[in-house]
Amino acid sequence: MTENIIEVRDLVKHYPVTSGVVFKKTIGQVKAVDGVSFDLKAGETLGVVGESGCGKSTLARVLMNLEKPTAGSVLYKGQDISRLSGGALRRLRRQIQLVMQDPYTSLNPRMTVGDLIGEPFEIHPEVAPKGSRRSKVKELLDLVGLNPEHINRYPHQFSGGQRQRIGIARALALRPEVIVCDEPVSALDVSIQAQVMNLLEKLQSEFGLSYVFIAHDLSVVRHLSDRVAVMYLGKMVEIGTEDEIYERPTHPYTQALLSAVPVPDPTLRENKTIIRLTGDVPSPISPPSGCRFRTRCWKAQDVCAQEVPLLEIRPGSDHPSACHFAEKREIVASYEG
Amino acid sequence: MSDILVSEQSAPGADGSGRPSGRLLEVEDLRVEFRTRDGVAKVINGVTYHVEAGETLAVLGESGSGKSVTAQTIMGILDTPPGFVTNGQVRFHGKDMLKMSAEERRRIRGEGIAMIFQDSLSALNPVFTVGFQIAEQFRIRRGMSRADAKKRAVEMLDQVKIPNAKGRYSNYPHQFSGGMRQRAMIAMSLALDPEVLIADEPTTALDVTVQAQIMDLLGELQRERQMGMILITHDLGVVADVADRIAVMYAGRIVEEADVFELYRKPAHPYTLGLLNSIPRMDERGQELRTIKGLPPNLMNIPPGCPFNPRCPMAQPVCREKVPPLLQVGAGRASACHFAEELVNRD
Repeated sequence: MTENIIEVRDLVKHYPVTSGVVFKKTIGQVKAVDGVSFDLKAGETLGVVGESGCGKSTLARVLMNLEKPTAGSVLYKGQDISRLSGGALRRLRRQIQLVMQDPYTSLNPRMTVGDLIGEPFEIHPEVAPKGSRRSKVKELLDLVGLNPEHINRYPHQFSGGQRQRIGIARALALRPEVIVCDEPVSALDVSIQAQVMNLLEKLQSEFGLSYVFIAHDLSVVRHLSDRVAVMYLGKMVEIGTEDEIYERPTHPYTQALLSAVPVPDPTLRENKTIIRLTGDVPSPISPPSGCRFRTRCWKAQDVCAQEVPLLEIRPGSDHPSACHFAEKREIVASYEG
Repeated sequence: MSDILVSEQSAPGADGSGRPSGRLLEVEDLRVEFRTRDGVAKVINGVTYHVEAGETLAVLGESGSGKSVTAQTIMGILDTPPGFVTNGQVRFHGKDMLKMSAEERRRIRGEGIAMIFQDSLSALNPVFTVGFQIAEQFRIRRGMSRADAKKRAVEMLDQVKIPNAKGRYSNYPHQFSGGMRQRAMIAMSLALDPEVLIADEPTTALDVTVQAQIMDLLGELQRERQMGMILITHDLGVVADVADRIAVMYAGRIVEEADVFELYRKPAHPYTLGLLNSIPRMDERGQELRTIKGLPPNLMNIPPGCPFNPRCPMAQPVCREKVPPLLQVGAGRASACHFAEELVNRD
């Protein structure tokens, strides 16, 4: 349980901003991910939350080795994944799979479900010999709660939730150790979302999977995660167990984020204090100096503009937080009501 | 001169605000179908609701429940074909809008009823500045000069708390962030001081901190203007925060209607109960979510009897035979379930 399956160290991913058509010159960098470090332990779910533009999807792409990091490293069982190539890279790909957000665009409309889920076996023939593939696909369909008889249907014949199950079956096909879920339920309706979340939990306990679960919905993340990391403008601002983050957050951004989540209980309307953040997230091309959150933070002092706060355990707290003035604060009124 | 404007002036509200009191907008037994090549989809199957001045009615439902199509029918922006209204009335101040001429309806749009949409980027015209799109209304509908219209538009931008409203007037929609665009759209919809505002998933595309800002702003403007608001959403959290009354829709019908506190305390329809059980609550981590099994029905082939019966844990033979009507169960609440009484009276 304590073995680290993925170790991310000082990961940086910048995208160049260019101008000009013929003579392109780089006029800046979008600092999508800017120095992120964390570990993923075997069998655990690490939730990554943050608002749009905080770099969580870029993080997923780098973890999947779909993008090379600008600096820093992603280690899978001690191996730097961005340095792998050829056979070694192919073997690695088997172990880390991705479930994408949009079940409508992530499935090829011209392929049958059988082809979609069976395609990984074409690339990794050692997992399932040719003759057994169809029965493997049927097993997978059954596993994710779809009718194995529907193997010859096309994606448009399924609903959103069912398509997401197809995506999950495809990610499971190669029996990976890690699945990166990038907003897997945010396109689904509430009743369907719950079904898919239950499925993800069932599969995890059945196969001992590790999840990196990226989402913007804080209640969904809490429901599934063992540990949670909060991102803001390319940086991790706080990381801890779900209890530490949700019950004892110390970073002002985490506190504001949690307080803004609408609670499905009208009786809490009156006695709930929402921390109002003003303004929008600054541009990742030229993020604020020092602490990136300082432009919207009510605690900001001079030091926040000068010194980048490190993600570390601070006095009076039990988990790392990247704020010079990290402290606990009662945010949501008693939830049990 | 439209009767609407006359009646508005001749019937000042009891609260002295100059607003007529009582039911501003009533939808009655509305039925809409979509005639497509593959068949006829019965999208709305007898929807009845109303909204009063100053109140917020939340219309809650999942995709395909017909909540947005109802709003489109009210606004008269339903695509015909494929959409056809086959029955029902949409009354504004007691007058059926479905029988009005295009010109009469146009006059209500904006001044009587206005709407804001989910996707602000596609709802705004990308080739005109945001300010121009707001000012246009004052010029066309109020006959103002360019300069006056611009002044009013800047005031509107200021009212929705867009910083540096004057400078922002000449920005294009793509130069605004998502939250700012939604503010601009609110400014545009409120420009002609409508009595009813329909907000169709106004914060679904926004981040949670921005969502809180926008919902605050809407609430504030609504109180100031004593507007009736129809908030269309699938988010049970947002509804709990702002709604007065809730209408829950399923397969083109209203299955439950109640005061917000009553509905969350004790839902009177198994679908509502299922929805409330399926949201992950921050205080119940690690437990399996109690889901609603199955899928919403195909609207071209709605099951006989109660449309929810194939997914309902309480379903009995009668549910497959008889469509349950929306009946009163207790004060100010109604449910379309054969076993609503049992649900309400259970402990």
